[in-house]
Amino acid sequence: MLYDIKLVIDYSYHSASDHVRNVLRLLPSDGPNQRVLSRMLTIAPAPDERRDSVDFFGNDMTSIAWHEPIDQITLRLRAKAERLPLRKAPDTSPDLEDLAAEIDDVQDLGPLSPQHFLPPSPLITPNADMIAYAREYLAEGQTCLALVKTLGHALYKDMKYDAEATDVNTPIAEAFENRHGVCQDFAQIMIACLRSLGVPSGYVSGFLRTYPPEGQPRLEGVDAMHAWVSAWCGEELGWVEYDPTNGQFAGEDYITVAHGRDYSDVAPVKGAIRTAGGQDSHQAVDVIPLG
Amino acid sequence: MTLKPVPSAPRPALLRDYTPQSGVADELFDAEGRMRPVWAPFITHLAGLKPEEVAQRFARGDQYLRDAGVYFRQYSTGPAQEREWPLSHVPVLLAEQEWTEICAGLTQRAELLEQVMADLYGPGHLVRDGHLPAELVARNPQWLRPLVGVVPRSGNFLHHLAFEIGRSPDGSWFVLGDRAQAPSGSGFALENRMATQRVFSDPFPRANLRRLAGFFRAFREAMDDLAGPGRGMAILTPGPNNDTYYEHTYIARYLGMTLLEGEDLIVQNGQAMVRTVNGLKPLGLLWRRIDSEFADPLELNETSHIGTPGLLEALRQGNLSLINALGSGVLEARAMMAFLPKISEVLLGEKLALPNIATWWCGQPLERAYVRENAARMMIGEAMDSALPFAVDANTALGGAFRGEGRGSIRDWLARDGARLVGQEAVTLSTTPAYEKGRLVPRPMTIRVFAARSESGWTFMPGGYARIGKSEDVTALAMQAGGSVSDVWIMAPKPVPPESLVGQNSFERAAPGILPARAADNLYWLGRYMERTEGAIRMLRAYHLRLAESGSAKEPRLLELADYMAGLGLTLDRPVPDALLGLISAARGTASKIRDRFSPDGWGALNDMAKTAGKLAAKVVAGDDAALAMSILLRKISGFTGLVHENMYHFAGWRFLALGRAQERADGLLLLLSALADPHAEPGALEIAIEVGDSVMTHQRRYRFGPSRETVLDLLVLDESNPRAVLYQISEMRRHLRRLPQASTGGRLTPLERALLTLDTDLRVAGPSDLDTDTLLELRARLGEVFDLLAATYLR
Repeated sequence: MLYDIKLVIDYSYHSASDHVRNVLRLLPSDGPNQRVLSRMLTIAPAPDERRDSVDFFGNDMTSIAWHEPIDQITLRLRAKAERLPLRKAPDTSPDLEDLAAEIDDVQDLGPLSPQHFLPPSPLITPNADMIAYAREYLAEGQTCLALVKTLGHALYKDMKYDAEATDVNTPIAEAFENRHGVCQDFAQIMIACLRSLGVPSGYVSGFLRTYPPEGQPRLEGVDAMHAWVSAWCGEELGWVEYDPTNGQFAGEDYITVAHGRDYSDVAPVKGAIRTAGGQDSHQAVDVIPLG
Repeated sequence: MTLKPVPSAPRPALLRDYTPQSGVADELFDAEGRMRPVWAPFITHLAGLKPEEVAQRFARGDQYLRDAGVYFRQYSTGPAQEREWPLSHVPVLLAEQEWTEICAGLTQRAELLEQVMADLYGPGHLVRDGHLPAELVARNPQWLRPLVGVVPRSGNFLHHLAFEIGRSPDGSWFVLGDRAQAPSGSGFALENRMATQRVFSDPFPRANLRRLAGFFRAFREAMDDLAGPGRGMAILTPGPNNDTYYEHTYIARYLGMTLLEGEDLIVQNGQAMVRTVNGLKPLGLLWRRIDSEFADPLELNETSHIGTPGLLEALRQGNLSLINALGSGVLEARAMMAFLPKISEVLLGEKLALPNIATWWCGQPLERAYVRENAARMMIGEAMDSALPFAVDANTALGGAFRGEGRGSIRDWLARDGARLVGQEAVTLSTTPAYEKGRLVPRPMTIRVFAARSESGWTFMPGGYARIGKSEDVTALAMQAGGSVSDVWIMAPKPVPPESLVGQNSFERAAPGILPARAADNLYWLGRYMERTEGAIRMLRAYHLRLAESGSAKEPRLLELADYMAGLGLTLDRPVPDALLGLISAARGTASKIRDRFSPDGWGALNDMAKTAGKLAAKVVAGDDAALAMSILLRKISGFTGLVHENMYHFAGWRFLALGRAQERADGLLLLLSALADPHAEPGALEIAIEVGDSVMTHQRRYRFGPSRETVLDLLVLDESNPRAVLYQISEMRRHLRRLPQASTGGRLTPLERALLTLDTDLRVAGPSDLDTDTLLELRARLGEVFDLLAATYLR
């Protein structure tokens, strides 16, 4: 499926801020399941510095800075990308015991090595509740892929989507205790659970095509960026993506922007401002299918 | 002169209780019970001193440390406490020959660590070739992925290292821990030396002692080279709340380097710059004392408030050198020591000359089983922790038992959390003399060895720092566990010529270092807080004197004064109000952020004032008693301002302090007069104004009658010769500004200068009758604008 993607993020500061510096991870790039045909990131006001580079995990990263005080920023992304359909492959993933051995065989620290995705990461340390929850879904002879699906589906059923209940800084333990949150919470909780069982898993940020209710037109700019989970299911199957917020494997509706150990590795906008006042931000996303 | 052993000399009384435990090595006596020759002259000297003399000398050393203000921060569950430096007065003595061998071994280790670092942040061969488990690196929170592929500008990752070494029972040395992140202690080593020199001031026992200064000279030269021409260098500190902040200020002063915090820096176009009172200045080198992960909130730990956004950009673009490269903390993990012996053979083709403590990473099945079976003679703890093997906590098992309560079985722990754990051989350390109750007793010790990369390779500080246990239990070595620290003397075979930091015939003046905008801001506010405090004390004294006179707080002028003070936030909740203590503590808090910029005496005076105020507040009663207390506090505060204004060199920093004082004084007076010199003010208010304005004597001398509104305004606002008057403050501010950077040269005035000049002129042409209350308040508002301009120009 080919998509036209539009993203606009606005920031405004209550008082002008000097030495604003940001790191952006907004540019989708080619991957195993997707091709990016065109992409353009425009920034207003024009920053005094802009450098594009690739981070440790292979994500495109844009570093920008302004030297004079500014009180608002607009980031605009326009991209055309094609997402390939999911391969229908038989479940050849190992059980957890064999998975551990396969992980151990990967004595490599390249960006896709499962070794990065098993230990605790800055925002994800499984707590006793999550470990206990995850264990309930263990079954004799279960394959790793089956476990990913069962656990992901369980979280989809047990957790309530609530855009008001959490924000980007809510610890996952709190979101899990209340069984609510947004895609960031769903994904990070699933990652914590999978890691506690020995399944290497990471965080994916990107875009999701949404479907308007039957008979209604698609509204513009109502979507937001999305997040889901990538789990390593052994040498042969490799990385498999699951979206616990929607209870499904990430297929043709998903466009990846960045992946890492947790949100802190892939945050779309990281920023440092020196200002006394607060700030407001607004985000609008359109994912338009072109067929 | 060669030293001869003194095998059978009768033991002096000093040594009557000195019985090393069997099975451990001792520094003073060798395995055969003979005193090691290097100690003999020292022990003879010490034994020749009477106990009172010893006590006196020790006190002299302690006094030095107190006067110098040496402290470290004791972490506890409550607020961090500043503690005096716990000096053990008897140094550890080592013969130079032995020391040279140690340093040769550590040179090899430093080289090894450099290569491991280069591989972990470069090609990653060690993991791929099976010499280091991928999981071990991936789990290490100090392995910072954003730094992978970033090659340091100098080509070297490591420039300053410290090694904790100990002596095994067989007499050989081994390494207990590597410090590569941001080693602390070299400054404390200098202070150990200064204090110990005051204790053992006689030339004889010290003639052959190796000096420390040469090490710092070599290190400083190396830093000059790293910074590159035309770019500055500085020490980056996490700030006053860090446990070794004292050392950062001390080293900065000793080496003549600027002490910066993260917010002093910005990165522009890939170049790190210091925000100074003279604009942005490029920086070539940072000796960082902050841990890597906090260095850049944009790409490392986002929650860091002590870092500089964009610092990684400056590193990537090759415009900044760091001591050490970010991410070097990865080398400190205990588990690394399980693999270094083998890696040494792989990378260097040789065995470690100095072994490290035997270590097993429990992420591997064979090693885990070994640790499980031998738990009884091991320390088992966090694999990624950099703590030394004797620094045990509740999460550590020692000798087969947990230190904390209720932790279940070690066997389960290993099975469950193996990858997180290491086993390390329980340490047995040599003992060295410590002085307790008039005699020497053997105490376990480790030595910290500092190394710096210089042009000619790794160079080592000859001695300076040992940890001495509180008891015979090695777990009592850590300072946080009550251990102490002593000097280490490396004794050459013949007398050593003196040496100092500067070259022999150097009398070149150092350029006055840069003044970071943040430091200027703190100095300015220190000036203001001190002046505000003084004003508050004078008002309180005036109040309590009148209260004593009239006996009633209901008297109109007292009510008026109390009302005025309440408007300033100075509520009279008790005779020495909490708000006054708050002001003093604000001044002290501001001063604590710039302790490297004024003398220990100044800091002492400020502390003394805070302490006195606290004590007085607890017992003073309203009236005469409180007035007297205020007089005491006034004298204390003049003690501080006197020290600062008389003794502080008139660098730009001092001018900001003086500017703050002048501005606060003018501001305070204008506000005071707008209330107390108002035509509707209560009778007696003018006298109070003169008193608070500290001009009673002058008023008596200058005016025959009075006071009247006119005389008071003339003296306190318009009199250029009265150091208390507003006009005088304006002239002072203009004088200081002329000497600051960014002042106009000839030509056009800066907006700041223009604003002050207009104020100055308006006051000069005004007469007392022109100054109604509205005018006073308008003048005050204009002074506020002067501050805005000052802040915009210099303070941010």
